[in-house]
Amino acid sequence: MNDFWIILIGVLVACSCSLVGCFLVLRKMSMIGDAISHSVLPGIVIAFLMSGSRDSIVMMMGAAAIGLITVFLIQMFHHSGVPSDASIGVVFTALFTVGIVLISVYAGQVDLDLDCVLYGEIAYAPWNTLSIGGIESVPKAVWAVGSVFLFSLIVIGLFYKQFKICSFDPAMAAAVGIPVMLFHYLLMGLVSLTTVASFESVGAILVVGMIIIPAATAYLLTEKLSVMIGISMIIGVFSSVLGYYYAYLFDASIAGCMITVAGGFFLLALFFSPMHGIVLKAWKRKKVAAQA
Amino acid sequence: MATPLTVKHLTVAYQKKPVLRDITFEIPEGKLIGIVGPNGAGKSTMIQSILGLVPKVTGEVKIYGKPYNEQRQLVGYVPQRESVDWDFPTNALDVVTMGRYGHLGWFKRPGKKEKVFAMNCLRHVGMESFAENQISQLSGGQQQRIFLARALAQDALLYFMDEPFAGVDAKTEKAIIALLNELKQQGKTVLVVHHDLNTVKEYFDWLIFLNVSLIGVGETEKMFTKENLQKTYGGRLAMFDSDHESSLIIN
Amino acid sequence: MDGLHIFQDPNTRWILFATMLLGLSSGVIGSFAYLRKQSLMGDALSHAALPGICFAFMITGSKSILFFLIGALIAGILATVLISYITRQTRIKQDSALGITLSIFFGAGIVLLTQIQHSDAGNQSGLDKFLFGQAAAMVQDDVMTMILIAAILVGVCTLFFKEFKLLSFDPGFAKGIGLPVVLLDHFIMLLMVVAVVVGLQAVGVVLMAALLITPAIAARYWTEKLHVMVMSSGIFGMLSGFIGTMASTMVENMPTGPLIVLSATAMFVFSILFAPKRGLVAKALLRVSVKNKVAKESYVKKAREGETL
Repeated sequence: MNDFWIILIGVLVACSCSLVGCFLVLRKMSMIGDAISHSVLPGIVIAFLMSGSRDSIVMMMGAAAIGLITVFLIQMFHHSGVPSDASIGVVFTALFTVGIVLISVYAGQVDLDLDCVLYGEIAYAPWNTLSIGGIESVPKAVWAVGSVFLFSLIVIGLFYKQFKICSFDPAMAAAVGIPVMLFHYLLMGLVSLTTVASFESVGAILVVGMIIIPAATAYLLTEKLSVMIGISMIIGVFSSVLGYYYAYLFDASIAGCMITVAGGFFLLALFFSPMHGIVLKAWKRKKVAAQA
Repeated sequence: MATPLTVKHLTVAYQKKPVLRDITFEIPEGKLIGIVGPNGAGKSTMIQSILGLVPKVTGEVKIYGKPYNEQRQLVGYVPQRESVDWDFPTNALDVVTMGRYGHLGWFKRPGKKEKVFAMNCLRHVGMESFAENQISQLSGGQQQRIFLARALAQDALLYFMDEPFAGVDAKTEKAIIALLNELKQQGKTVLVVHHDLNTVKEYFDWLIFLNVSLIGVGETEKMFTKENLQKTYGGRLAMFDSDHESSLIIN
Repeated sequence: MDGLHIFQDPNTRWILFATMLLGLSSGVIGSFAYLRKQSLMGDALSHAALPGICFAFMITGSKSILFFLIGALIAGILATVLISYITRQTRIKQDSALGITLSIFFGAGIVLLTQIQHSDAGNQSGLDKFLFGQAAAMVQDDVMTMILIAAILVGVCTLFFKEFKLLSFDPGFAKGIGLPVVLLDHFIMLLMVVAVVVGLQAVGVVLMAALLITPAIAARYWTEKLHVMVMSSGIFGMLSGFIGTMASTMVENMPTGPLIVLSATAMFVFSILFAPKRGLVAKALLRVSVKNKVAKESYVKKAREGETL
């Protein structure tokens, strides 16, 4: 049963990360995802200190708010003349450091160690259960990640049109009256929520891998946005299932293995994608050269 | 008949220096209007601030007598081609369909009706056979036509086009200008940011000369004079008149 | 404990010296990375170092900084190759390429790290200290190596200042006058990897990026001259090293690395607010004055038009 729960959590994390990840990759904001995943840490620690538990809705909201603040700060510095990559770097390292310092200061009171920050504790998740509405002994992580996934699915489903045009041509979107900034922050809010919900399971740094890698892999495999989202979810699911298997095999970190498997899928697509694969591109070029 | 566009005391500043200084003008309906000026004159910025994409320091813009917010559906916009990522996973028809989003409202999804409308717009620019093509596979001229088709899909009365002729082949340029004339015949008004002074006289009915400040607005016949050009481009302009054909060199 | 005590303890004195030199060298190299819009490259490289270090440990079984340097160097080079390969060969943009490479390498590093920890030999390896660093636990040998490498880094940057300057400002022109641009490019990247490895023991993989990024941004706010910027970035880095180390010896339970980064961040915040010309306060004042000026001009104009009527 525990295996089942761990795999289910992994699958849910993979699906919700891929969903927002596709838009981040297309909007060239992958590193903002990286930044958010680091900077929610102080939010999590502060909320933990205040509420005394790690899985309250308060904590989710607090950490998501910090995610939005991160995005806001990055934009503010960028507008004041700092190149965007440097402003991303300065903001997330600063906030992440604050989180680390808080953990060190309140080491006795916070049930969060640095290992968990780095690569999560998906292996222990099944024991931490919560019953809602008569459904008993379902791990809390399943509730948390599941509800965030459902929420993102509803939001992106409802406003798919807007998210799409804001990613493709924000100037045009603004000109026809779509509130581009609102959708920008909505997406960032979803990224933050996803990050916070996945944080416990896969850790701060690996969650960004789950966000970017499957989406980028799918980007190499299709020419249609909806298909890209679908493929990236499938890749995410396979990565988490296979990753769990390899972790069991090699006795290593589950989250680390998931990312490594996802990385393997990416490399496969990089070389062998029918449209954008390097090998096939080279082969086509050769064929054209031979014909000429 | 209401005036399509009225701009009063428009000033835009990014940092210390104003990019546009106290611009005031009005344009008549049903004209093809060229916005002409040197690099850095604020041509694109003017369009963007009229459309509310760039904040203005002062000034007032009216579209058919009302603020832009209330008249969005009357306005079509063609941004510069480089402003979007053509690697985006979508096809030509889909991009054109985006032109309908402004009319769809918040929750409605584009359906068959919108697809048919978009397809007609594609046919209008001669791109219907490329409807299912991924947009990165199209040439620069074809991409520009897709953008024009999208503007057509917006079904507007007043169009703003930011350098639609940049980087397109001669054939596409002819097709675009034919299309613009057709729009004019339908009583629509089109403002075009334009770079090539050699074709200005041939393409446009009206001209807006711009170099941070407004140099002049009016019919091409009256406006396209050596004096106005000199004022707009300063000393950077040399003009060679031979018979009636004039060619211009800017350095 | 009082501040004076620190200067009396020779080991702490060396550590203080080492962190200051570390701040200096990463500040100097970071400012070139900043100008070349490669700040996040530092982030990617420091994460990518982890699997290299783990491999070095698995192969040699020792914790010598030299082996780690070699391991991290190889991993760093592989990561840069992968990043540029992805960006050049596919339609994936640089930011995603960075994110992908960073997380694949770090994920693989975590896999190796947990494997080492779970195996018998790894129990006392203390390799996880490299994730967040532990300056206080450094032994004299490590400190000496750090000081030596950091000094070399600063020296190299001084020596190649002219070339790096040109490369950061206008690579096309640099190529035109016959500079080996690609080689220099790799060289700067190499220096960055070395800086990262030097910083590992003090601040760790995760926060090392901050030392490369933050002092440089802070410095950029104060000046328009490159050599002033590079120098002030180095000084900011050095000061952060000093303040962070001092603070961590005075307060109990405070890791040095995060405190160094925090002091660098404090300097950045101060700069962004109060720097002349580029600071937020100065800019807000300027905006008000422009608005007033425009209003005044149009008022004067209207008044004149009124006169002529």
